[in-house]
Amino acid sequence: MKERRGTPNLHEVGRIMLKGMTRLVSRVHKLDPGRFLHLGTQASQCLVAHLNNQVPNESPRAISRTLENDPAKHGEQHVGRHYSIPAQDLETALPHGLPPRFVMQVKTFNEACLMVRKPALELLHYLKNTNFAHPAVRYVLYGEKGTGKTLSLCHIIHFCAKQDWLILHIPDAHLWVKNCRDLLQSTYNKQRFDQPLEASIWLKNFKTANERFLSQIKVQDKYVWNKRESTEKGSPLAEVVEQGIMRVRNATDAVGIVLKELKRQSSLGIFRLLVAVDGVNALWGRTTLKREDKSPIAPEELALIYNLRKMVKNDWQGGAIVLTVSQTGSLFKPRKAYLPQELLGKEGFDTLDPFIPILVSNYNPKEFEGCIQYYLENNWLQHEKAHTEEGKKELLFLSNRNPGLLERLCAYL
Amino acid sequence: MAAPCMSCGAAASYRLFLAGRVSFAREQGLWKAAASGLQTGTRCQILRLKHSPGVTKKNVAALRRESYTVDFIKKQIEEFNIGKRHLANMMGEDPETFTQEDVDRAITYLFPSGLFEKRARPIMKHPEEIFPKQRAIQWGDDGRPFHFLFYTGKQSYYSLMHEAYGKVLHVEERQDQLRAKGLFSEKPKTKDPIGSRWLIKEELEEMLVEKLSDQDYAQFTRLLERLSALPCDAAEEEFVGRFRRTVTIQSKKHLIEPLQYDEQGMAFSTGQGKRKTANAEAVVYGHGSGKIEINGVDYLLYFPVTQDREQLMFPFHFLDRLGKHDVTCTVSGGGRSSQAGAIRLAVARALCSFITEDEVEWMRQAGLLTTDPRVRERKKPGQEGARRKFTWKKR
Repeated sequence: MKERRGTPNLHEVGRIMLKGMTRLVSRVHKLDPGRFLHLGTQASQCLVAHLNNQVPNESPRAISRTLENDPAKHGEQHVGRHYSIPAQDLETALPHGLPPRFVMQVKTFNEACLMVRKPALELLHYLKNTNFAHPAVRYVLYGEKGTGKTLSLCHIIHFCAKQDWLILHIPDAHLWVKNCRDLLQSTYNKQRFDQPLEASIWLKNFKTANERFLSQIKVQDKYVWNKRESTEKGSPLAEVVEQGIMRVRNATDAVGIVLKELKRQSSLGIFRLLVAVDGVNALWGRTTLKREDKSPIAPEELALIYNLRKMVKNDWQGGAIVLTVSQTGSLFKPRKAYLPQELLGKEGFDTLDPFIPILVSNYNPKEFEGCIQYYLENNWLQHEKAHTEEGKKELLFLSNRNPGLLERLCAYL
Repeated sequence: MAAPCMSCGAAASYRLFLAGRVSFAREQGLWKAAASGLQTGTRCQILRLKHSPGVTKKNVAALRRESYTVDFIKKQIEEFNIGKRHLANMMGEDPETFTQEDVDRAITYLFPSGLFEKRARPIMKHPEEIFPKQRAIQWGDDGRPFHFLFYTGKQSYYSLMHEAYGKVLHVEERQDQLRAKGLFSEKPKTKDPIGSRWLIKEELEEMLVEKLSDQDYAQFTRLLERLSALPCDAAEEEFVGRFRRTVTIQSKKHLIEPLQYDEQGMAFSTGQGKRKTANAEAVVYGHGSGKIEINGVDYLLYFPVTQDREQLMFPFHFLDRLGKHDVTCTVSGGGRSSQAGAIRLAVARALCSFITEDEVEWMRQAGLLTTDPRVRERKKPGQEGARRKFTWKKR
């Protein structure tokens, strides 16, 4: 039992546990007309005034933490528990991958804790047993909104970073197909469009994630940027990345080169490549970007998207491709769509076929308990009824065990 | 405010309850509402539609106080009876056995009204109930009043008090006699406290055809309580009984459906609910894990807003049965909030089959079993909306 205390916690000492008897007594209070006003958005304010039965709880609580911080060693027994990611791992492996709410939570709690869940474990198992001689296998994480696809992806990325893979992580492909201010005509190919801003941001993050590889990998072609600058064959990839970051106009081309080189060289076996794309359905959907004459742009006319599509094809070896389809950032897709078929569309589905679909669903009861425990341990739930059974049941009902919703609900308490 | 009218009108001391108009005033429904308010222990504001005649008089100075003469009332009664027979004829019923309920049914059939206010709908009742009771002239030709308490101002009230006190003294005298003889036996009175209540002030005023003050009424109630606490015989019981009214207990009217069982033996129960224009029908299963399915979709997807899900949670949370039932329901019409309210009502009604009667009563008091009567108010001509008026321009 020692491993469960992260910080000493007063709540756990005096847990209020209601037995069946007090329900009857509390019914007397129910007849008070003032209590029947339905209270607004403060979710967990119960209508019944409980009597405080300070019975210290002896029954085994769900343990919410595990000290096993290496994703490689996570197994079935860790399901429902949180493990923490050390700070420098966070900076190197996941500079841009975490969802914004999670980033806020990390900042609040001063630690990044991810829950170990079945879909991630399944994927880890597959990844551990990949045969790198075969073409890269595609895994697609799908599920309803708020079930934890992005965080599962981050779990996988952490694992791969620990295992020293090269991580090619696009945090949200949807960001590349909408709200782009400056579109330039591509220097490389007149038909396509460049997105300098997005490309340069991504290059920066890529650099922080994979510093050590960039000097090792050598470029196999000569690339001429403009009249004065060029990259020779055999120079390290870091130079290309630098060029892209400094010369923002060429950033998109730099991205294209990086992708091409990595794909080519991962088959050689020097490193193992993980391609992780979040919101891959953006690659085959529609965009909201328009040309100057207000005609819409198809995704393949964006250079970034075009190169990424080539990356996601399974014609290379020595790595794995892990993808997520999400409706949240998607354009022109109905709210209730969550299956890969619906979100990818015919074209995308045909391109990605064959892939291994992995469903990410809502928490099961054990995971739910673990999550609530974690919040309680961090003193996040301040409502006095939050740690009672009744409070938990209410939260369960209101969020229907959906992780995203639960997090939003608990934010109010 | 009542004082000026009492003093003016020199010759007649008619007590007018109405400001010149006939209907509304003395409907039984008004008293029932007020009486039930009294029953809960609080003296609520009893509507005074008709009293304080001074209120209406300011604008309509020309209107005299209408007095209904005895002949007029008699004529009205005859007309009413003839009218009742005609109505019975029209409806094809036997005029001899045409009761007041039949009359009411016939009128609602012949004059259907969509008005919400029940008292504004067409009625046909006996003139005694419609025209306010008025006092006949209380003195003779020589100017001498008939009643010995006339000069108190409230003759009926004081005579009633006098009578009641006389009875009290009588009973006490009898008790003393019995005690003297030694035959006195302490018999505790067992009166049913719930089934009946005292008359409220308006009812008493109506009975006595006189205006009373609150202190008068309090005195009267105290005296009657004192009388009823003593061991009385039949005549006195009957006297006290004249001033008590029975009270119906609301919840007994509610019908509870029995549980039904489907093929697998699982107990389930259905309920229907409405709110604004939404209609919902819910099937609640006895054993389940708290899943709710609406129109084939999970409730998390159907109601993305937390407020709607809280509405769904309310009946279960109230009965502490949060994770124990499965619900399948269909809903149509209305908007998101009214659909949530309709489902809540349907679920609460369906749950009645699973719980004890006490819990049904608690739910009823919590308001879970009442259809919300609020509907969209119509827009009126000359206004922009139901209540909003057009922007007022000074010129």
